Amino acid sequence: MEHREGALGKDALTLWLVQSTIARGRVLDVDAEAALAHPGVVSVLDHTNAPILGQGVDEPDLELMVLQSTEVRFRGQVVAAVLAESAEAAREGAALVRVSYAEQDAEVEFGPDTTLEIPDKVNPDYDATSDDGDVDAALAQAEVVVDQTYRTPYEHNNPLEPHATTALWDGERLRLVEASQGPYAVASSLAPLLGLDVADVVVTSPYVGGGFGSKGMAHAPAMTAALAAITAPRRPVRLAVTRQQMFALTGYRTRTVSHFRLGARPDGVLVAIDHDVVEQTSRWKEFAEQTATSTRTMYAAENRRTVHRLARLDVAVPSFMRAPGEMPGMFAHEVAMDELAVACGVDPIVLRERNEPTVDPETGKPFSRRRLVECLQRGAELFDWAERPDDARSRADGVWWVGTGVASSTYPAKVMPANQATVTSCEAGEYRVEVGAVDIGTGSRTAMKQIAADALGVDPSCVQLEMADSSIGPATVAGGSSGTASWGAAVVAAAQLFRADHGDSPDPGLQTTASAADIPAAEDHALHSFGAIFAEVRVHRWTGELRVPRLLGVFSAGRIVNPVLARSQFYGGLIMGLSSGLHEDSYRDPRFGHVVTQDLASYHVAAHADIGDVRAEWLDEEDFVVSPMGTRGLGEIGIVGTAAAIANAAFHATGVRVRSLPVTADSFVS
Amino acid sequence: MRPFAYHRPADPAEAVALVAADPAASFLGGGTNLVDHLKLGVTRPGTLVDVTGLGLDTVEQTDASLRIGTNVRNSDLAAHPALRAGWPAVSRALLAGASGQIRNQATTGGNLLQRTRCVYFQDVTTPCNKRESGSGCSAIGGYGRYNAVLGASGQCVATHPSDLAVALAALDAVVVVLGPDGERRIPATELHRLPEEHPEHDTTLRHGELITAVELPSSPLAARSTYQKARDRASYAFALVSAAVGLDLDEDGTVRDVRIAWGGVAHKPWRATRAEDALRGEQPTEDAVRAAVDIELTGANTDDQSAYKLPMVRATTTYAVHRLLEGSR
Ligand SMILES: Cc1cc2nc3c(=O)[nH]c(=O)nc-3n(C[C@H](O)[C@H](O)[C@H](O)COP(=O)(O)OP(=O)(O)OC[C@H]3O[C@@H](n4cnc5c(N)ncnc54)[C@H](O)[C@@H]3O)c2cc1C
Ligand code: SF4
Repeated sequence: MEHREGALGKDALTLWLVQSTIARGRVLDVDAEAALAHPGVVSVLDHTNAPILGQGVDEPDLELMVLQSTEVRFRGQVVAAVLAESAEAAREGAALVRVSYAEQDAEVEFGPDTTLEIPDKVNPDYDATSDDGDVDAALAQAEVVVDQTYRTPYEHNNPLEPHATTALWDGERLRLVEASQGPYAVASSLAPLLGLDVADVVVTSPYVGGGFGSKGMAHAPAMTAALAAITAPRRPVRLAVTRQQMFALTGYRTRTVSHFRLGARPDGVLVAIDHDVVEQTSRWKEFAEQTATSTRTMYAAENRRTVHRLARLDVAVPSFMRAPGEMPGMFAHEVAMDELAVACGVDPIVLRERNEPTVDPETGKPFSRRRLVECLQRGAELFDWAERPDDARSRADGVWWVGTGVASSTYPAKVMPANQATVTSCEAGEYRVEVGAVDIGTGSRTAMKQIAADALGVDPSCVQLEMADSSIGPATVAGGSSGTASWGAAVVAAAQLFRADHGDSPDPGLQTTASAADIPAAEDHALHSFGAIFAEVRVHRWTGELRVPRLLGVFSAGRIVNPVLARSQFYGGLIMGLSSGLHEDSYRDPRFGHVVTQDLASYHVAAHADIGDVRAEWLDEEDFVVSPMGTRGLGEIGIVGTAAAIANAAFHATGVRVRSLPVTADSFVS
Repeated sequence: MRPFAYHRPADPAEAVALVAADPAASFLGGGTNLVDHLKLGVTRPGTLVDVTGLGLDTVEQTDASLRIGTNVRNSDLAAHPALRAGWPAVSRALLAGASGQIRNQATTGGNLLQRTRCVYFQDVTTPCNKRESGSGCSAIGGYGRYNAVLGASGQCVATHPSDLAVALAALDAVVVVLGPDGERRIPATELHRLPEEHPEHDTTLRHGELITAVELPSSPLAARSTYQKARDRASYAFALVSAAVGLDLDEDGTVRDVRIAWGGVAHKPWRATRAEDALRGEQPTEDAVRAAVDIELTGANTDDQSAYKLPMVRATTTYAVHRLLEGSR
């Protein structure tokens, strides 16, 4: 397969997006005169002249129906785009476009008076509610009750590389070089709206500088680039989304409000768990974060209830942000558990042991593996948990209050169907292995090569790997911590079938394509990874500033294909979890409807100086119920529970309980 | 593209003449603030006069003072042995700001004249009196975590972001300025102004006035000074609040003289003279410092989002004094 990405850049035009400055209403007019008069500007696209999308498509994805109508659904929506000979001309052209609007009242924030609805499903297809036993009765009788509300803020995925697209329309086929976690997903979502076959939209993503979920699906900028390319045949069109534009156009995590009620016996054994979530989505495209789904599986209790309630607002569309659901939900659950431990006077680890279920409380199925308690115990050993004073605010070191905290972590094991891989024999005992999936910096190229070499029984140096190209065939996104297991299963299937068909010493040029085989046992089990997160937090006695000198995660995550890559993934997760615990916070201005902390100076992610001694360990294991490699997937689990461990440690240090993220100095200043 | 003229004169007087003659001209130092603003459309100068070719990049020490050329880079200045020995608060303030890369690029004058980080000032789709006189102030009733709590007006509640400026205000620095009519010497406390009815003006400089140097007088206070900054991450964040404190004690431990200036609380570095007055002649106990801070804070204005700043100023100032008493800086 020829490699194509290099050629696209030459002779490119630059595209710049023009965004709405109202949250709801209609575009009355796009005045492009001044922009078109600007030297270097080639054209201005708007709803009057953009190619038509979505013909014959039922319920097209409105996020991708760019420049198709006058309707403005959120502040920051693409309402025009400027094509020019240079980036400077395009940007200035965009500043010169004058858009006039008929503005309507918009609802851009939710509060006590907002109308809420229970959605049909939460992401990706979980029930929005669950109800076992009689929660209210159990809570009424429970001897110990924790009844608190926990909040997580809007959070924006901020990979270092913002989104970017280069698009070329050659009259028949559209080629996109796209910063994407799933080239095939991008091709298959754009193609039908463009009236093209998937095969005629070729998306490559050779190098990607991170995504955190925001590059999991095509967003409006990619479609705008495709449209612009169609209007400028045979010239590539380049679009680089700015950091500020990312805060409106490439997804984010909803704010969540979790009302938790735990009912327990005095020894901490749970009798009732009630998790009521309020969160938001855009009115025009639903994304319901699955905030309470992990609550259904974590701990045993006779009586359990979860519900998600959604506010539908005139806002940018939320989307996948690493560990969607688990991250905010487990923050709430694991801080509530810490509060219960304090209320019962039980050690937080012992409390979790006492509530360990034997089967999945939600489905009644056995877990393929559930080794949470081992993770907690191994972590306790590594973290010197035995030395920990029971009481809060009982340890100081110089000007710092010192505390430690723990939280459980979990992440569902997912194996995505619909992955396909191809094995071709080459000269001299070499094999070409193709899988359309992408390496977004996690090292999946290395892992795929190892898996292919293992499955073929050859040295990795004998495997030429081709990835990151939608024309290779169906491949799911690098997301949901599912990549290694899902693509790997297809690679293993293709390798096994190849050997079955062509033997151990095939002639060059023989080829086998296969999809992953289903594992029947998967249906009968609950498939989850588990972990335990430990944090030491120091809180400055005067200013209240926080430091996290030690962070440890111990995980049960299936077989580890490559320890170097795995450790780096766990570290990344723990650090992202720390960042959500201490820093990340998008402020949406309720008067305007857009996020105003829209750069990396005002939207803080952890800096190097915030990261102390971070450690990750894992239990040796294999899980063949999930995948033929025995892997379960490990990208996101490091994030889950980390913010709770930090909040719990901050409580232990100071005696001050913080129930809203991020945990910041103002809560502790004295 | 929006073309602009670019000059890189070698002579300060020429630089002044170029800017003074053209209302749409700006000086350009390291560019770490101005270039961002060009990209965001916050400012659109027709002419940039690059001052980094003017020399003015040395640090000279006399018995009585340290004279810092405007083009001395923040990282070089922070590491200068004379500054570290005689004015540790200034070195600490510089090191508490921005990142290593930005400090390598940023100049002394540019640092003092960096503009507010108010998120609305930087977002041209929202009203902002400082960016566009008379358009309104979006920060009032909006995102307020970094808003001023002292000396704000109904027109603007922004804070000045420079850490360096706070240390200079505390230690009686003088800013040396060259204008069309010759040289002026401005006390650092009078370089920046309160917003009042004209938030579009950050400083008392007139158009075309070039900062050429900063002078720091030597004193026991300056030698026993420190800078304490509270922020939302361990590095690379603007101050929530900060305190520069210089302390000179009598033999019996009472305060002979003291300097206190705060960052993150006002449109300018806030010299806390009333707190200084209250402390002079007192034992600098934690209670005494807190009480002195409270005197200065009478008249502070806060809302839900900025209320934390008052206890934090108290804490930061107290901690700075504590460090000085402990002998650390
Ligand atoms: C992400 C980020 C984080 C930061 N964090 C901090 C922080 O925590 N603390 C902090 O203090 N700063 C911080 N900064 C700001 C940084 O310190 C300033 O950008 C820098 O000091 C400006 O210096 P410069 O030489 O690059 O100025 P320029 O960008 O070149 O100029 C700034 C202004 O000064 C004017 N000017 C420059 N030189 C002169 C002169 N000699 N005479 C008259 N006018 C002049 C220019 O016209 C312009 O208006 C941060 C910046 C960034 C981007
Ligand atoms: S506080 Fe000042 S800088 Fe911020 S929006 Fe108001 S006027 Fe503009």
